[in-house]
Amino acid sequence: MTPAAPVPAMTPEKPTPAQLAQKELAQKAPVEEKTDVANKVEVHDLNVYFRTNHAIRHVSLGVQPQTVLAVIGPSGCGKSTFIRALNRMHDLVPGARVEGKVFVDGRDLYARGIDPVLLRRRVGMVFQRPNPFPTMSIYENVAAGLTLNGMGGNHTEIVERCLRQAALWDEVKDRLKHAGTSLSGGQQQRLCIARALAVEPEVLLMDEPASALDPIATAKIEELIHELKERYTIIIVTHSMQQAARVSDNTAFFYLGELIEIGSTAQIFTNPRERRTEDYVTGKFG
Amino acid sequence: MSPASSGKASASHTDKAFESDLRLVREKLLAMGAKVEEQIAKSMRSLTDRDSDLGEQVKEADVEINRLEVDIDELCRKILALRQPAASDLRLITTALKIVTDLERIGDLAVNIAERAMDLNQAPPLAAYVDMPRLAELAQEQVKKALDSFVRADPEEAQEVLAGDDHLDDLFVKIFNELLAFMMEDSRNIRRATSLVSICKHLERIGDHAVNVAEMVIYMVRGTDVRHPRSRVVES
Repeated sequence: MTPAAPVPAMTPEKPTPAQLAQKELAQKAPVEEKTDVANKVEVHDLNVYFRTNHAIRHVSLGVQPQTVLAVIGPSGCGKSTFIRALNRMHDLVPGARVEGKVFVDGRDLYARGIDPVLLRRRVGMVFQRPNPFPTMSIYENVAAGLTLNGMGGNHTEIVERCLRQAALWDEVKDRLKHAGTSLSGGQQQRLCIARALAVEPEVLLMDEPASALDPIATAKIEELIHELKERYTIIIVTHSMQQAARVSDNTAFFYLGELIEIGSTAQIFTNPRERRTEDYVTGKFG
Repeated sequence: MSPASSGKASASHTDKAFESDLRLVREKLLAMGAKVEEQIAKSMRSLTDRDSDLGEQVKEADVEINRLEVDIDELCRKILALRQPAASDLRLITTALKIVTDLERIGDLAVNIAERAMDLNQAPPLAAYVDMPRLAELAQEQVKKALDSFVRADPEEAQEVLAGDDHLDDLFVKIFNELLAFMMEDSRNIRRATSLVSICKHLERIGDHAVNVAEMVIYMVRGTDVRHPRSRVVES
């Protein structure tokens, strides 16, 4: 039972959420000349404080387009705090303060007047636990980003495209009206990825996307990351060093809120430069 | 690139079973290395002392070296499968997997030397084996130094092994020419001289295996592969 209403998803003159977001960023954050044009994402001297706790300390790094950066480190090292700063998720946390700059395509996300909601269309996020909207169907979940942004109408094409990109289409195409929560954990996570893709982000942040999944579902997510890399720039936080080794091009090691080392994943796992990285990847911590 | 790790055991692993597996790899490699050194020395003594019993001992003891090779390989495979080692641990395991092959080959060459020696011991000696003990000594030194560099995780010592290989090669050429002269003098010398050339060739090969071990030690410690620099220039 495919919902095959042949209605165009959007009229051509109506800008997509991604275009809207791009436009706003272009207006409010001029391109900074001091960023490296080769980088999709660039972080300059980022500091995050939770009241007096200095959680992220002077982190600077760059991520090239269509690559996967894995962020690893022991619990409490600031991995999640770091990745959350990249789409301004600390804005609403009481007592949280972010200093420094985060550029996407040379535009500072923390520039005055940038609307975080628009920003998040360009920088999507997938969380540790699959969190489909419980009252929505599979279809509605994927389309949620569009409808919540006031884009009503039929999103059949977009929903199908995103579900295909998230490697979930074949498994759910006959039951798009079923509840999102009726899917298995692994499927729910891919549904959340499809939902994140619907607003056409350019950067995808993943905070331990496979930590609640079994090895097969994990393998599917990892395979998906390989495919998504063709279009998106991905930053993934993971507890599993093997996962970091499998999916990423580059790896950043964080410890006590500092970026200790960043390098090609092969280098980090065969020949790290820093003693602390060495101790962490060989399991000598604690 | 400054290495974060020297291959030496520094801080210990949180997982004690892993730690002890890695220690076992080192220990077994050292045991194998010691055994191999002993085999070279014995095989050469069976030639110089004309002691065929010693030659027999060498042949028998080879079994032990072969067993150690299989043991170490298995242990390394187990660690790779169960522990997914990284960084210096990974380099230790890949180094171990490669150098056991070299050590086992050195053991085989010692057996070949012993067999030739036992054959030569049947006939009167050709001549004083002038420079051959020196060649054997050099080969043993190279093996010992390569193994020491592994134990101490000392890339400089390993570098000395690489540099030392030329002496061995030069001496081999010198002895070869001497033996050639013996053969030209009297065709009855040919059989024995040929056997001696073989032994020298084996010693020279032992030196090459020592160089392989030393190259892997440099990789283990520094994470840089120093093998075949010329081939790499051509590639790039």
